[in-house]
Amino acid sequence: MSFHPNDIVRRGRAATVICCGVLVFLLSAFFRAQVLKNQEYALQSEENRLRQIPTAAPRGRILDRNNKPIAENVVGYSVALLPQNEDTLRTTLTRLRTVVQLTNKQFEDAVGRFRRDRNRPTVIIQDASFDVVSVLEEHHQDFPSLIIQSAPKRIYPDGQAVGGFIGYISEISQGELAELTKEGYKAGQLVGKAGLEKQYEKELRGREGIKFVEVDARNRIVPNGRAREDVTPAEGPTLYTNIDLDLQEFMHTLFADTIEAGAVAMVPQTGEVLAMYSSPAIDPNRFVGGVSAAYYDSLRNDPRLPLYNKVLQSKQPPGSTFKLATSVMALQDSLITFDTRMPQPCNGYYYFGNRTWHCWRKEGHGSVNLFGAIAQSCDVYFYQLGQKLTLSRIIAGGVGLNFDKRSGIDLPEETRPDFPATGAEYFNKKYGARGWTPGSMELNLAIGQGENSQTILNMAKFYSALATDGTERVPMIKRGAPKVAGKLTLASDQLALLRKAMAGVVQAGGTAAAAAIQGISVAGKTGTAQTMRMSKNGKPLYWAWFAGMAPADNPKVVVVVMFPDVEFEGATAAGFATKIIERYLKVKVDANSIERTG
Amino acid sequence: MKTGRRINVDIALVIGALALTLFGLAIVFSAGHTDFRTPATGAWKAQLVWTLVGIAGAFGVSRASVRLIEWLTVPVYVFTIILLVALLVGFGSGAGTATSTSGWLTIAGHRLGQPAELAKLTVVLMLARVLGQNRVAPKSMIDLWKPMVVAGLPLLLIMAQGDLGTSIVFIGIFFAMLFWAGVPWQLLLLLASPVISLILGFDPRIWGAWFMLLIALVLWYKPFIGEGLFVVAANVITGIVGPLLWEHMPRYRQNRLLVFLDPSVDPRGSGYHVIQSMTAIGSGGWLGRGYLNGPQKRLAFLPEQYTDFIFAVVGEELGFVGVMIALALFLFLFLRVIRISERANDSFSSLVAFGLLASWFTHVLENVGMTMNLMPITGIPLPFFSYGGSFMLACWLAVGVLARISSEGRGGMSGPLRV
Repeated sequence: MSFHPNDIVRRGRAATVICCGVLVFLLSAFFRAQVLKNQEYALQSEENRLRQIPTAAPRGRILDRNNKPIAENVVGYSVALLPQNEDTLRTTLTRLRTVVQLTNKQFEDAVGRFRRDRNRPTVIIQDASFDVVSVLEEHHQDFPSLIIQSAPKRIYPDGQAVGGFIGYISEISQGELAELTKEGYKAGQLVGKAGLEKQYEKELRGREGIKFVEVDARNRIVPNGRAREDVTPAEGPTLYTNIDLDLQEFMHTLFADTIEAGAVAMVPQTGEVLAMYSSPAIDPNRFVGGVSAAYYDSLRNDPRLPLYNKVLQSKQPPGSTFKLATSVMALQDSLITFDTRMPQPCNGYYYFGNRTWHCWRKEGHGSVNLFGAIAQSCDVYFYQLGQKLTLSRIIAGGVGLNFDKRSGIDLPEETRPDFPATGAEYFNKKYGARGWTPGSMELNLAIGQGENSQTILNMAKFYSALATDGTERVPMIKRGAPKVAGKLTLASDQLALLRKAMAGVVQAGGTAAAAAIQGISVAGKTGTAQTMRMSKNGKPLYWAWFAGMAPADNPKVVVVVMFPDVEFEGATAAGFATKIIERYLKVKVDANSIERTG
Repeated sequence: MKTGRRINVDIALVIGALALTLFGLAIVFSAGHTDFRTPATGAWKAQLVWTLVGIAGAFGVSRASVRLIEWLTVPVYVFTIILLVALLVGFGSGAGTATSTSGWLTIAGHRLGQPAELAKLTVVLMLARVLGQNRVAPKSMIDLWKPMVVAGLPLLLIMAQGDLGTSIVFIGIFFAMLFWAGVPWQLLLLLASPVISLILGFDPRIWGAWFMLLIALVLWYKPFIGEGLFVVAANVITGIVGPLLWEHMPRYRQNRLLVFLDPSVDPRGSGYHVIQSMTAIGSGGWLGRGYLNGPQKRLAFLPEQYTDFIFAVVGEELGFVGVMIALALFLFLFLRVIRISERANDSFSSLVAFGLLASWFTHVLENVGMTMNLMPITGIPLPFFSYGGSFMLACWLAVGVLARISSEGRGGMSGPLRV
């Protein structure tokens, strides 16, 4: 071993240089990380420890025309977890089950939500009861990644009464999410699924808030952690509607849940929808946040099809209510006047094409002009009017009166009516070129039977045009400027005469004379379309219609009522319609008089 | 001190070690300060006890003459080897970042300590004894067979436990002591060359360039023909066998090496430690997040925050300034120990002092480098900082030995602070 002092000093110097060099090298690495790249790492550190808990924004309220609430929010609770991965989620859920009840569906839904978005808290119970919340609060220590938040809960105070148009909200689906991600929607949020809630989803949604919590490496939330300041959620704007809740509730009491029916009331001059009801009604409250399987099955298995909206989706031949359309077409083309009588007076039947075409009244109506034909709904008159019009003009006229289009109401569920807008082409396709004759089509269509199925709403739109100067308005639930859908090219005196004819329906000698009400002159038209089916009692089943307006000289409201598959006829439907009219006009008048005196 | 044989205390050495120990204790205390309980909670108490035991042990060792230590070297070395063998025959268990290893001496379920820590000391002593006997510095490999056996035997036993990290320390000690014993750097390089070939073997072109340099070195240094051929052959074998060896490496060790090259390869798995450590350190900035307040540590994002990754806590909570102070203290201690080696009375003492320095230096370089992804992740603790009884004891026993060597050394090593 060489231990000459010079060697030792030389090696000592070398060792010193190596030590200093290495430590300076290490220090420079720290300088780079801590000083030069500090921002980057500080951000990473914040991302590690801070979690954003979204706080749901209250949806905008939905108010009726008198600013009474149709939809509002109450305080509810949501329960969520911040899992690290699917395994910890499953174990935590299993442990949670020892404390609160969780159905298998809730369990699997939670796992599905986690898979969809791992960065958001996984909602376990969307709408937890106060009992569940208090039990969980008690055990909060055992579940450090549990988040219990107050969350606004949607309620519809009138429940079933507004089930026909309000829709409901529920968790966004995967398909919706794919479509709406661009608009800032996130997994787990509640969105409008039907009705108004869906139609005005983007207006009603508020702005989600953010609550920052501090978590540790295992996503356990630090109680009173040093987090950032929260962002408060913003409530969505209020939606003002034309609905008259009083009338809506009246309809709900009027139609028992045992009967199938649809009804709509509109202000003819503006298209404002006052009330809209589909019976049997569904309770939108029970759909919020996910409908229970039991309730949904009970609705689905109900033979009266409560899930099928009678006003928007149900289509059926309009029957004699369509005779007004036939009349308008003939008058527009100046084929007839109100005094025109048909060549063959009605003696109960009409013979055409090797077939006898019956009038609904076996004894016949004799010779009637247009007034009489409308008031007594004479089929024989309209058979001949149809022939006079010819098929092509009936088709063109129907298209001109928008019977082949949706009414355009601001609801997503409306279906398109069936009307053979392409005429011969349509029939050829359906029956083959030799399978039909224009003649029988003319006869059928003229009295509202055959290849023509209309929604209640579409008929209401047409009758609104009859109730005013001929302008067809788009039915609107949201308050706002009226929209024009079309116009009847009739003079105002012609329209007045049509209303006079319809007033005859609800007067002595008319088909709905029994439906007349004291003090209000109602104009309207019954319709009894044959379903060609029999009831259990062996009686024929009808689609019973009534489309009416009041007061007859200056209509303020148009009401259309329809009962599918019933043993009674349009005259009975008229009774329901006039009650709705009475309710609206009398209460309104009464309210005005109180205001005036007070 | 007045009674019996007079000992001059190397105040600079003791103060340097004490300052590092107190710094370390404060950080172990902070490491236990988390929002949810971790094993580190309350660990500072045990650490304090072991520190006191260590200081007492250091005092005891400093009373023993270097000659006594030299005399004890062989029996202690043999005892160490016996312990290391015992680990392999069923008395070992793992812990910390190195749970897959079996470094803990365990009898009837009780962990008694880590013989590897003892081995670091005894290998230094044994190497010093073997190298100190040489009159002339070894010039050829054949002259080095004794130190190779002394260091190689425990190295192989520890590698057999699966502890790659600790074996790096032995390599550090071995080369540093050969250097201090006057072995020419060319010979050291030739000795290290097969390992270098092993690492460079992954890229044939780089390895080719290295191989050319090696040939030049061999021609210039002119070792024995047999040794020259041996070195060249060894390089060829490792350079080509290296990639094959890689294929047969256990997955976890492959991952560690891969992650060392790029931590983002596996951010949730093997790369997690380094990413979290660098995040903690980087977010510290100039002055840190405040003592006890580092979020990465507090919220348990930083793994092993009181053992292997304790230096990341320094970086996070005390910032660049804290890191600078800690590294300056280490440098102060290192320079002091170099001085002690220079002034030691005899070759054994000098070599022991320098070997202990080498051991600390390797630990600091590997541990601190690992927290910054400059070194691969191994379970090597940071002297005076990392929680761990046997290691703290070993560090202070080393201080005791150094103090004794210092007091026996030539000229004014005691008294006023001089570096």
